[in-house]
Amino acid sequence: MADMIEIRWHGRGGQGTVTAAKVLADACLSSGRYVQAFPEYGPERAGAPLRAYNRISTKELRMHCPVLKPQVISVVDATLLDSINVAEGATKEAIFIVNTSKDPKEVRAKLKAEPEQKIFTIDATKIAIECIGRALPNAPMLGALCKATNLVSLEHLLEDVRKSFGKKFSQKIIDGNLEATRRGYGEVKEG
Amino acid sequence: MSKVVAVTGNEAVANALRQVNPDVSSAYPITPATDIMQRFTSFVSNGQVKTEMILVESEHSAMSGCVGASAAGGRVMTATSSQGLALMWEELFIASGSRLPIVMALVNRALSAPLNIHGDHSDGMGARDCGWIQLWSENAQEAYDNTIQAFRIAEHMDIRLPVMVCLDGFIISHSIERIEYLEDEEVKNFVGEFQLLNPLLDIEHPVSYGPLILPDYYMEYRRAHAEVMSKVPNVVVDIAKDFEKISGRKYGLFETYRLDDAEIGVVILNSAAGTSKDVIDEFRDRGIKAGLLKPRVFRPFPYEEIGNSLKHLKAVCVLDRADAFGASYGPLFADIAASLYPYKEKPVLTNKIYGLGGRDYLPEHAELALNELVEIAKTGKVKTFREYIGVRE
Repeated sequence: MADMIEIRWHGRGGQGTVTAAKVLADACLSSGRYVQAFPEYGPERAGAPLRAYNRISTKELRMHCPVLKPQVISVVDATLLDSINVAEGATKEAIFIVNTSKDPKEVRAKLKAEPEQKIFTIDATKIAIECIGRALPNAPMLGALCKATNLVSLEHLLEDVRKSFGKKFSQKIIDGNLEATRRGYGEVKEG
Repeated sequence: MSKVVAVTGNEAVANALRQVNPDVSSAYPITPATDIMQRFTSFVSNGQVKTEMILVESEHSAMSGCVGASAAGGRVMTATSSQGLALMWEELFIASGSRLPIVMALVNRALSAPLNIHGDHSDGMGARDCGWIQLWSENAQEAYDNTIQAFRIAEHMDIRLPVMVCLDGFIISHSIERIEYLEDEEVKNFVGEFQLLNPLLDIEHPVSYGPLILPDYYMEYRRAHAEVMSKVPNVVVDIAKDFEKISGRKYGLFETYRLDDAEIGVVILNSAAGTSKDVIDEFRDRGIKAGLLKPRVFRPFPYEEIGNSLKHLKAVCVLDRADAFGASYGPLFADIAASLYPYKEKPVLTNKIYGLGGRDYLPEHAELALNELVEIAKTGKVKTFREYIGVRE
């Protein structure tokens, strides 16, 4: 793995994208790594497109600006594929994880992805509705990202999902999110 | 034993304040500082601190409350940003002129109008001459460490002056980073018991605060304040040494990065310094002798030490995250130029204004400044002494 991994999240306000970036940062703290998680702050409205970022590094992180050349791109809302260029600045071997019911090959064609770029898809919204009863796709997206990137073990991630959601929510919601994370990890497809 | 966590800058400052456990806080919310006091008031409600929390109706009252509580004999802190600091303006001078050791987190934000909630240094620069000590912080770790050290500096018996701890709004205040927390007990021991000096509530020894001082003595009073300011650097360095013993982290009046053998360099405050350091490493890899100086104690400004650290360079670019309307140059530039004024041999200086109202400072901006310095060092010719960068023309 490279010394530093830069991740860009694309979501819409209210989908828990910023929370996902935070949980990932917490989970990656293990093994002495340096982490950053920060959203792009604009007018915060439900449904408005937003970006969030992670940096994960074995060295001290001093850069304090948005991620411009992401190695990992997580698209939490597939409708964004039609309105913004989610591949902007992506590295040659970037990994895309897209929340969609579509096949990875279809997404690859739509993104006009380079041959070395990897495309993963996961129907995170469907999983969320089944596990939590709401279209909050952040937990399955975290599970899928964990599988696609190997940044952190599933056990570690689940621990941090438990910790993070445990502060605010009931046991039922926590269990739902844990199951959603596991299913995201298990059901993500590469193509 | 330290604890590694991933937290926002505001969360780190709030935790430092919890560990210090001040006697009184008087505060009013304003973005992006709100989060500090929101977290701190939870600590108060949950009984994690014994602080008496005064929730007031404006920042003017917030600082007034701090002034009263500090004069009464309490350890006092607050937090603000931007317009909040502006509304505190007259009380800032009362606090420093009355020699009250108040600690305030200033989460740097642009000033209105137009309304903008994002990070720049206009607020702190506007208050640079109000008699407070200012510590500036690159990241969440420095904001945490500076907050803890600020209490020791403010309350030092030779100093007794208020201290502002500056950190970049949103870029640091709302971003999560890995930092190390000290143990509660370590912080408690480090700051020590609050030492009283002429407390109003000591009714056995009555004192007056805020008397009228006419032309016959006002100037001596101000001169005395300036004398106290001149003692600050040594105290800051001593306290930094003590802090290093418990944290392992070194602090000084300013930080130099690859500067000793440098030929060109940038001077820059706060979070943008980190981004610049990464770019300096790239220039070094290409064999270009580039370095950086990042002020920490901006007031009092360590003119002699900074001038001494920069004088051997060929060309220096000072980057200001604040403009100064009607002035020729940004506020940081003016002080850097003054620090080099006494030397016959000195670098060529340029000034760039960047990042106003939260505009991103990107590696390309540091590259632009450094590439220009390479040219200046080679030819001695300067195209523009002062310009705005990262702006639409």
